[in-house]
Amino acid sequence: MAIVIFSSELQKLTGEEQTRVDAEVFKDIVTEISNQYSALEHDELMEMAVAIDGEIIHTPLLEKVAATSEVHFLYRISGG
Amino acid sequence: MAKSHVTTSINGQPQEFLCEPGDTLLDVLRNDLNLTGTKEGCGSGDCGACSVTLNGRLVCSCLVLGVEVEGAEVETIEGVSTGDGLHVIQEKFLEHAALQCGICTPGLIVSAKALLEENPNPTEEEARYYLAGNLCRCTGYDKIIRAVMDSAETLRGGA
Amino acid sequence: MSEAQEFKYIGQRTIRPDGFDKVTGRAAYGADLTLPGMIWGKTLRSPHAHAKIISIDTSKAEAHPDVMSVATFEDFVTLQSESVAGTEGASGVLDVARNCLADDKVLYHGHAIAAIAARTERAAKDALDLIDVEYELLPSVMDVEDAMKEDSPVLHDDMFTAGYDEKPSKASNIATRVEMKMGDVDAGFAEADIIVEREFRTPTAHQGYIEPHACTVTYDENGQSMVWCCTQGHFDVRTLTAKVLGMELGKLKVIASEIGGGFGGKTVIYQEPVALVLSKKSGRPVKMVMDRDEVFIATGPTSAAKLKAKVGAKKDGTITAMQGWMAYEAGAFKGSPMVPGVMTMFTPYDCPNVLVEGFDVVVNKSKVAAYRAPGAPQAEYAAEMVVNELAEILGMDPIDLRLKNAAKEGTQTIYGPKLKRVGLVECLEAAKNSPHYQSALPEGQGRGLASGFWFNIGGQSSVSINMNPDGTGTIVEGSPDIGGSRASMQMMAAEVLQIEPKNLKPIIADTENLPYSAGTGGSRTTFATGMAVIEASEKVVAQVKERAAAVWNVTAEQVEYADGVARNTAGEDSMTLAEVCKSAEKTGGQISGNANINARGAGPSFAVHLCDVAVDKETGKVDVTRYTAIQDAGKAIHPGYVEGQLQGGAVQGIGWALNEEYIYNSDGVMENPGFLDYRVPLASDLPMIETITVEVPNAFHPYGVRGVGETGIIPPLGAVGYAVGNAIDRKVEELPCSPPRVLALIQNG
Repeated sequence: MAIVIFSSELQKLTGEEQTRVDAEVFKDIVTEISNQYSALEHDELMEMAVAIDGEIIHTPLLEKVAATSEVHFLYRISGG
Repeated sequence: MAKSHVTTSINGQPQEFLCEPGDTLLDVLRNDLNLTGTKEGCGSGDCGACSVTLNGRLVCSCLVLGVEVEGAEVETIEGVSTGDGLHVIQEKFLEHAALQCGICTPGLIVSAKALLEENPNPTEEEARYYLAGNLCRCTGYDKIIRAVMDSAETLRGGA
Repeated sequence: MSEAQEFKYIGQRTIRPDGFDKVTGRAAYGADLTLPGMIWGKTLRSPHAHAKIISIDTSKAEAHPDVMSVATFEDFVTLQSESVAGTEGASGVLDVARNCLADDKVLYHGHAIAAIAARTERAAKDALDLIDVEYELLPSVMDVEDAMKEDSPVLHDDMFTAGYDEKPSKASNIATRVEMKMGDVDAGFAEADIIVEREFRTPTAHQGYIEPHACTVTYDENGQSMVWCCTQGHFDVRTLTAKVLGMELGKLKVIASEIGGGFGGKTVIYQEPVALVLSKKSGRPVKMVMDRDEVFIATGPTSAAKLKAKVGAKKDGTITAMQGWMAYEAGAFKGSPMVPGVMTMFTPYDCPNVLVEGFDVVVNKSKVAAYRAPGAPQAEYAAEMVVNELAEILGMDPIDLRLKNAAKEGTQTIYGPKLKRVGLVECLEAAKNSPHYQSALPEGQGRGLASGFWFNIGGQSSVSINMNPDGTGTIVEGSPDIGGSRASMQMMAAEVLQIEPKNLKPIIADTENLPYSAGTGGSRTTFATGMAVIEASEKVVAQVKERAAAVWNVTAEQVEYADGVARNTAGEDSMTLAEVCKSAEKTGGQISGNANINARGAGPSFAVHLCDVAVDKETGKVDVTRYTAIQDAGKAIHPGYVEGQLQGGAVQGIGWALNEEYIYNSDGVMENPGFLDYRVPLASDLPMIETITVEVPNAFHPYGVRGVGETGIIPPLGAVGYAVGNAIDRKVEELPCSPPRVLALIQNG
C-alpha cells in the first residue's frame, strides 16, 4: 500500500502526517483520501501536481503507484 | 498635412518615399519601405536596436527624421551582407553563438561594422564602450564581444 | 541511460539553423507582419494608480473619420455570463480580462481602459485623447508592508486571505498565506551556537526584453481568426484569448513570430484579445505594438519583496535550523510567485528543521508576470546572504560551509519529496577549484558567492518528424525558440537518425499544425520538447526498419540501423535512410514519426556563482570585475547555447542586484519607464562572464538533459550583494546596490 505524505499545509486539513492507501492510480488515490478526510477537497487535489518517489508529475491523473511508493501533493510550478 | 517627398540612397540603391514631417527614419524604413530588419526597442535612442549608418555615421534611426535623409546614404542591416555570402561579422556572430533571441543582433552588427571601419584593432574595452549603446538582454555580451574581437582579427587578415 | 554516453552529434557547437535569418534581419518578429488593409491599434491607459471608473464615453472617438473601431471591457461580454462565471479557473480568466481592459476600476497607473483602431498609428494615438473617462480617485497602496496593514486601502473588496484556518471576515490585500515546514525550528535554533537573522528588500524589476509586445490579428465574418504575436507560448495565447472572448479553440489560429526576449514576461496576454475585438468591429486586420513606456508600466514585472531569513548552526558549521518569511507584491491582481519562493528558499541545504511562511499581497502596481525562476531569486537571495554571514562569523570558507550542508540525492525537501540525483556538490567543488576562486582577491575589492536551485518542469510537447523522399526531414515542433533551441532539436533528432544535423530542418508550427504544446519557459524546452523529438525520431527509425524488412523479406527485428544505414542482419543488403525514404511511396506511404507527450522527470538544476566587485567609495558606483557562473546542465546538447543561458541569467541577476528598480512617485506613477533610467547592464559595465558547465545527468531524459534557462538568475543577487558588502565592510540588506544606496551604507555604517 502506497504512502501519501501530507505537507504541513495539508496536515492542517487531515490532522495526520501520512496515510496508507489501497488505490493504485492517482485519481483513485484522490477519491480515497478525500473520502477519508472530509476537509480535503477532491477537485482541488485533482488540480495539484504530485511527486511519486521523488519524480514530479504535473498532470498525474492516470499515474500508477507501486505498493512501496511515496506520494506527495505539490503546488504546480510553471516557470519563466 | 501634406507629405514630404524624399530622395535618398538605401544600401547603395536609389530610393524615394513620402513621409509625414514627424515620421522617423525608423518608421519609414519599417512601415513604408518594408525594411523590417531594423528594430524598434524603445523609440528614444536608448537601446540601439534601430542602429543604421547615415552618411557613414552610426545613428539611432528612431532619432532621425525621415526628411533628414534627403540626398544622404543610409545603410541598414539589409545592406551588410554583399549578396555573395555573409559579412565576416555575421559569420562570427553565428560561430560564437553571439545571439539568442536575435532582436538586438541587426543593430549590433551594424554598430560592430561601424566600429571596425573606424577602428580595425579595438581593445576589448574600446569594443565594449563603442557598443555600449546596443542593449542585449539575453547574452550578457560575452559572446558578442568575442565575436567582434574575432571579426576584427579576421578582417585585419589574421586567423 | 546516460552515465557515460558517446555521442556522434550531441555536444557540438553547430551553427543554429535559424541563425542566418537573424544575422541578416530577415527573421520576422512580432511587429514585422503587415497585411493588406491593416490598421493600427493603440491603448488608452489610466493616469491614476487607483480609481473607480464612473463612465467611459467613446462617442467622440468613434465619430472621428480616421477611427475604425473602439474596444472596452464591455466587448468581453461572454465573461459576464453565468455559464462562464462558475467554471473552473473563472476568476483567473476574469483577472486576465480585467488586466487587458479595466472593468469597473483602474488598479495601477498604466492600466488599459480602452483601445482605438485607426488608419495610422499616429491617428490612433491622437484619437485616444477623444475618449472621456470619469474617475473617482481612491487612495493607492504602493508598498507591500503598507498593503498588509489593518487600515490599508483595499484593492478588491472580495479578497479574503486564503491560508488561515478560519476565513477572515474583513477584506484584505493579502490574497494568500502559505506555510511550509519540516522538523522543529525552535528545537533547531536552541541547538545552535550561532544564529544569524536579517531582513531584506528587493525591488520591482522588469524582465527587460528588448522587443515590446506586438501582434497583428485578423477576424473574419465567420469568427475565424488569426493572431500573429511574439510569445513564449502560442497555444497558451490561444487558450487564454479564446476564454476571454468566448471563442472556440478551433476558430483561433495563433502563429508564434520570432520572439525578441521573454524571460517569462511573454507567457501572458495583453493586446491579443483587444486587437481581435478591434479587428472584429472594423472588419480589418489590426496591428498593435506597445511603446517602451507601456511595456514598463503595464506589463508584468516581477514582485518586489520584503524578506526575513534566519539560520542557526553549530560551531562546526552544521546548520541546525533555517527559517524564512516573505511578502511578495503581486501587483493589481493576486498571483505572485510567492509559493515557489517558499519552496526554493532553503532547498540547497540539507537541514532537518525548516519553516518558511509566505504572503501574496496585492498593491497598485501592474500585475506581475513570471520572470526566470519566478519567486526564487528573491527568497534565495535572503537565504544566501545569511549563510554567507554565518560562514564569516564561523571563520569558515563559504564553499566549505555549503559543502558541509549541501543538498544531495536523498535530501528531504520542504515541499515534500526527497531529491533525486542532483549536482550541487559538483558545482560547489567546481567553484572551489575554479581559476576565479583560486585567484587572490585584488586589493580593495569585495568577493561574494551564492548557490541557486530551480525545479525545472516537463509538460506537454508535440512533435512530428516528416521525412522527405530525398532523406532530408522536417522537425515540426511547437516551442517558440527564445534562445537557440532549434539547434538542439536538430542535434537530438540527428543523434537518433544518425544523419548530419543539417539535413533536418526544425520549424515552429502554429496552433493548427500540431496538437497543444506548452510554452517555452520553465527550462522545459530542451528537456521536454527534446524528449518528444527523440521519441518521434525513434518512430521514424522503427518505420525505416519495417520498410527495409519488407523489401528484404525479413522481420523488422532482423534489421539493424546505424550511421544512417539500415542493414539486413540475416543477409548482405543495406539501404541508406535516403533510399528508404525515396522508395517510401512504394512500400506503404511517406515516413513520419510523431510524439505527443507529457514529459515528466524534469531534473532540477543547481548553480553556484562567484563575483568580485570594486566599489568607488566616493560615488557608490559598483563595478563587477570578475564573474564566474557554474551550473549543472545534466548534459549540454549545444555547449554554446548552454553557456549563453548561464551568462544571460547571470547578467540579468547582476542588473537586478546593482541598478534595476521601479521608482514610483507619491501618485503611484513610475518615473523611470525607459532604458535610460531603468538601468540594465550594458556591454561597458561588464567583464567576460566565465562559465563552467557541470554535467550530472538527469536519469529521466534519454541524453541526461536538465533545463538550464532559469537557475542562472538566482545566485547573482546574493553573490553581488555579498560582494558589495564585503568591499565596503557593511551589511547589504536592500537591493539594488545602486550608487545612492551604497553611498548611504558607507556613510551611515
